[in-house]
Amino acid sequence: MGIIVVGLSHKTAPIEVREKLNFPENTLPDALRKLMTYEGIRESLIVSTCNRVEIYACVTDSATGIDRIKQFISDYHGLSREALEQSLYVYPDAQGVRHTFRVASSLDSMVLGEAQILGQLKDAFEISLKTKTTSTILNKLIKKAISVAKRVRTETRLAEGAVSISTAAVELAKKIFGDLDGKNVMLLGAGEMAELAAQHLLGNGVKNILVANRTFERAEELAKEFKGDAIRFEHFPDSLVMVDILICATGAPNFVVNRDMVIRALKERRNKPIFMIDISNPRNIDPEVDKIDNVYLYDIDDLQSKVDVNTGGRAKEAEKAEELIMLEVETYLQWERALDAVPTIVDLREKVEDFRKRELDKAMGSLSDITDDQKRVVEAMSQAIVNKLLHAPLVVLKQAASTPGEGDSTIAIARRLFNLDKELKRPGREKTTEQEETPIPPENQGRESTCR
Amino acid sequence: MNLIFFQAAVAMYVIAAAGYIAYIFKPERTWTANASLWATSIGYLLHVAYFLFRWTESGRIPVTNFFEAANFLGMGIVLVFLIMEFRFRIAALGSFMLPLVLVLMAPALILSGDIKELNPVLKSGWLGVHTSFAVLGDAAFAFAFIVSIMYLIQERQLKAKHLGAIFHRLPSLDIMDTLGYKALTFGWPLFTLGMITGSIWANSAWGTYWSWDPKETWSLITWVIYLALLHLRTIGWRGRKMAFLSILGFVFVLVSFFIVSRIEVGKHSF
Repeated sequence: MGIIVVGLSHKTAPIEVREKLNFPENTLPDALRKLMTYEGIRESLIVSTCNRVEIYACVTDSATGIDRIKQFISDYHGLSREALEQSLYVYPDAQGVRHTFRVASSLDSMVLGEAQILGQLKDAFEISLKTKTTSTILNKLIKKAISVAKRVRTETRLAEGAVSISTAAVELAKKIFGDLDGKNVMLLGAGEMAELAAQHLLGNGVKNILVANRTFERAEELAKEFKGDAIRFEHFPDSLVMVDILICATGAPNFVVNRDMVIRALKERRNKPIFMIDISNPRNIDPEVDKIDNVYLYDIDDLQSKVDVNTGGRAKEAEKAEELIMLEVETYLQWERALDAVPTIVDLREKVEDFRKRELDKAMGSLSDITDDQKRVVEAMSQAIVNKLLHAPLVVLKQAASTPGEGDSTIAIARRLFNLDKELKRPGREKTTEQEETPIPPENQGRESTCR
Repeated sequence: MNLIFFQAAVAMYVIAAAGYIAYIFKPERTWTANASLWATSIGYLLHVAYFLFRWTESGRIPVTNFFEAANFLGMGIVLVFLIMEFRFRIAALGSFMLPLVLVLMAPALILSGDIKELNPVLKSGWLGVHTSFAVLGDAAFAFAFIVSIMYLIQERQLKAKHLGAIFHRLPSLDIMDTLGYKALTFGWPLFTLGMITGSIWANSAWGTYWSWDPKETWSLITWVIYLALLHLRTIGWRGRKMAFLSILGFVFVLVSFFIVSRIEVGKHSF
């Protein structure tokens, strides 16, 4: 039982594959509901952006869970399992937690430190909450991931780096063109960083944005957002003539912009300089283009290395973030392990409470002429004895449960010592979702879940 | 006595040059640029004062020997620089312009400032007109030359993706390209006028408009180079290639000024 992340990203699959597995936002609730009908899936969340498609789930059994999730993806998108297998990655348990935190903190992004992924994760979470496909475990995981991302943001200078990459692009543009007023920008493809860069350019006087995308609808969407014009992807080479700044992020596996194209455009625009920013990975603009006069081609590494000088090394910042995440994964796992003790604690409390009530009733029955005040004193005493007696075992249980390797044996001992398994017939750890709604002890409110 | 003004002017230019160079390498200190602009302005006023003193003393415009010519050219370039600086506020220009001014004025510093008698044939109103046009044309070319060097440095940095401190100080490629071209569109007509007035003056002095003396020939080559530059620009040449051509053009100007003028055979020799 535990957390599973199954998915693919820009690191494992080319755009063509990512596009096939995409879950458009408006279909997400439906997809989530379908996913929940698969065996052993207890909680689920789907993140689908242009750079990644990932399913976060809490499953009863890891192996089945992984298999069922893959089956779901294959069923939903009508793709064969074999085709999926090579591009999908799987992160179970602690790895899954770590991956979630890394994604939220944008350590897994194309551009380290960009903020958009956190927003996308929040949106995905929102949809899952509305569709009611998450519960204790994923709620905790995602909330924790969000807070970890915020910590990374404030305690490292990673985010500064992503912003400064856009700023660097703007600065470079200004050193080439001087005034950006009236300059034409073309956005080829889309993506977190490309949009961020476009936004920065717009904020610096650029008025006209052309958007070309393989899917024309997406181009129109973006064009609307930037108050620009959408053009058909096939037509972009012809429009290159009027483009001063080209931001390229198509995610294609090969060069989209080649030398001949640029030479032709330059000739037509009488050698007015073109500033090209290639954010794609792998590169979409042939590096040969950089050798042409009046063309300034910068890829993400060039921009990043420029930023490095200012921020004192992004690699170092990323390392800091990784360390921070390691610590956070540990605290999360502690919390998750502590959940093991919850059923035992509940059983123990109920059993003792049962004794107390029975004994109290007996005592009250034999004390006939007793005032209300006296009754209250006796009742309070019984309560106090129970609490004091239970305090130490409960603390030990919780501590043991959150320490790896100690949990199970301590819980077993507790159950034997207090004879919890024979007398009280409670459906221990194998509860169903409905039963999760039953009252739980106050200190564990909203936390208990049998699915971990 | 008047030489004090000249020396003071040069001293101010030295201070300004040092300030502007410091400005390039210490980007956080902007006051150096402001101070340098003040120094240049004061230096220029002293320079003009010296020029006028010398004019009254000799009774003719002081542009007749190498000392005076170098002095006059320096003055012209500083004037162009000041106009540009007050207009565009590109302090980095000073970091390149003032050292150039000092280099060009070096002969004036070394040579004697004695006033010599002028060949009576040359005593004419055309003397001032011809030399003024020629010097202003040369100054505009000098400006284009400096801007081209700056352009190439900036272009190199952008291409190599190695952006040093100087990158932040230098203006955009676009403005340097535009300024370089603008300077040519002013410089070339001025230079042309200088040639025409010189030719008219030659006719009044020697009865011939053109006599293929080394300076004339060399100037004609320079004139053709800049004309070609302007033409190439209109057919879409720009950026690096234009900068290289502009530098080449100014090399011809320098050769003409420092070497051809020294050849003892021509009418321009002094």
